[in-house]
Amino acid sequence: MSGVEHAVEIRDLHKSFGELEVLKGIDFSVEPGQVVCVIGPSGSGKSTLLRCVNLLEQPTSGRVVLEGIELTDPDVDLDAARRRVGMVFQQFNLFPHMTVLENVMIAQRRVLKRGKAEADRVARENLEKVGIAEKCDAYPAQLSGGQQQRVAIARALAMNPALMLFDEPTSALDPELVGDVLAVMRKLAEEGMTMLVVTHEMAFARDVADRVVFMDGGVIVEDGPAAQVIGDPQQERTKAFLRRVLDPTHTDV
Amino acid sequence: MTDHLKAAEPSRPAGTPSGRAGLSPRKKQRISRAVQYVVLAALVVFLALRVEWGPLGQNFAKGEVAGEMFPDLFTVALKNTIIYSVGGFVFAFLLGLVFALMRMSSVRPYRWIAVAYIEIFRGLPALLIFLLILFLPLALPGFEVPGGTYGQGILGLTVVGAAYMAETLRAGLQAVPKGQMEAARSLGMSHARAMVSIVIPQAVRIVIPPTTNQFVALLKDSSLVLFLGVSGEYVELTKFGNDMASTYANATPILVVGITYLLVTIPLGYLASRLERRQAKGR
Repeated sequence: MSGVEHAVEIRDLHKSFGELEVLKGIDFSVEPGQVVCVIGPSGSGKSTLLRCVNLLEQPTSGRVVLEGIELTDPDVDLDAARRRVGMVFQQFNLFPHMTVLENVMIAQRRVLKRGKAEADRVARENLEKVGIAEKCDAYPAQLSGGQQQRVAIARALAMNPALMLFDEPTSALDPELVGDVLAVMRKLAEEGMTMLVVTHEMAFARDVADRVVFMDGGVIVEDGPAAQVIGDPQQERTKAFLRRVLDPTHTDV
Repeated sequence: MTDHLKAAEPSRPAGTPSGRAGLSPRKKQRISRAVQYVVLAALVVFLALRVEWGPLGQNFAKGEVAGEMFPDLFTVALKNTIIYSVGGFVFAFLLGLVFALMRMSSVRPYRWIAVAYIEIFRGLPALLIFLLILFLPLALPGFEVPGGTYGQGILGLTVVGAAYMAETLRAGLQAVPKGQMEAARSLGMSHARAMVSIVIPQAVRIVIPPTTNQFVALLKDSSLVLFLGVSGEYVELTKFGNDMASTYANATPILVVGITYLLVTIPLGYLASRLERRQAKGR
């Protein structure tokens, strides 16, 4: 065998919604400790790809293998496998009827069956890490978007995931709040967390990602080191996309 | 007069204030309002003079008859009304939740059963259900509703209430954003666990105001227990009022019972609208 196991391995992944084929055969893998950013125009299938990795969307065909366990196997214990994957959503999706601390504790208690004291300790540690330890007893509605997103990150981290998925984590934030969330993500990356990030933040992709994947029309167009894909793209479609994103005021109409 | 006004209007240049000749809309409105007040006052005076207050008071507000109603009005009748309504409400809520979940299930026969139940029992008069329950022992020999008279009354209210509650709860469950289920699943919760810990608690909060109104409706429907032929210690407000009214050949008990219902339903209505406002703020 290849020796080192991939954190995630995706083979010939297809996903259709009715007639519409969103993913047209995706092949790629993420190595442990790697940070991979997925960029591309909206509708290119980035989010669908991410949602297929933890099977929030059922792929039409193809394989998703997580740490050697095939998630697309119909007999796999999906709930068990998902515990190893943390997910952060664009809309945060905190549980509004629970305090910040309860949000971070609930899955530890109910899924991992941790004791109350341990769950509390782990929750506080992770809230500390994302810089919101003082908001433990607040409800999500009382927090800013940036704070909510950091709680969502802490909630995922509390499950000790092997892989973190980020689905446009800063797209719903006011511009001045984006930095706090990106700083937390950068810290995570530096600590060696394996991360798969769908993002429009080109600066983050360039500075933090080991690899950048450019998707368009349901296929991977370009995949390589961050500096190369963003700094010196080889494909015409990548170049056109980056021109529009990096220099929006000079886009040719 | 109106003809004159209409004729004058178009010839006037736009923007010029109208002269003294015509009435402004504000003045016209004021006159119309005054006429309405006068008519209303005349009607009240007319009615007050026409009604024979003596016989009316004797029939609807006779002190001695009202006095006879205490303390049973509260210790028996109101107590039983509350037992029937709260019991019916609790079971209707639980059964309604089951049907709401079945209605949203991916198992097709579950959906069929839930839809059939909701359509049937929402479409039948509550009275008919109570009459059916009355005949239940005839249809199923040897069968007896557990809990005796209380059980029968509560069963009737449950059967009716559950159909409405199922629809309300389904709306509540569907109002919980899809992302909540996704977040719960992505944390490794099973579908059932996510429902119990995350979705249902939020749905219940969403449906508290309409559910309070449903409780008021159920409280009023508890009067149908009358048709189960209850007596003695099992009577609820309406039956109690009806019996007393027959005994004294006087309508006062009906009025007193009506006021007793309002003592419960009006505060509940206020509670419902307060909860609704609080919820609107919390969103």
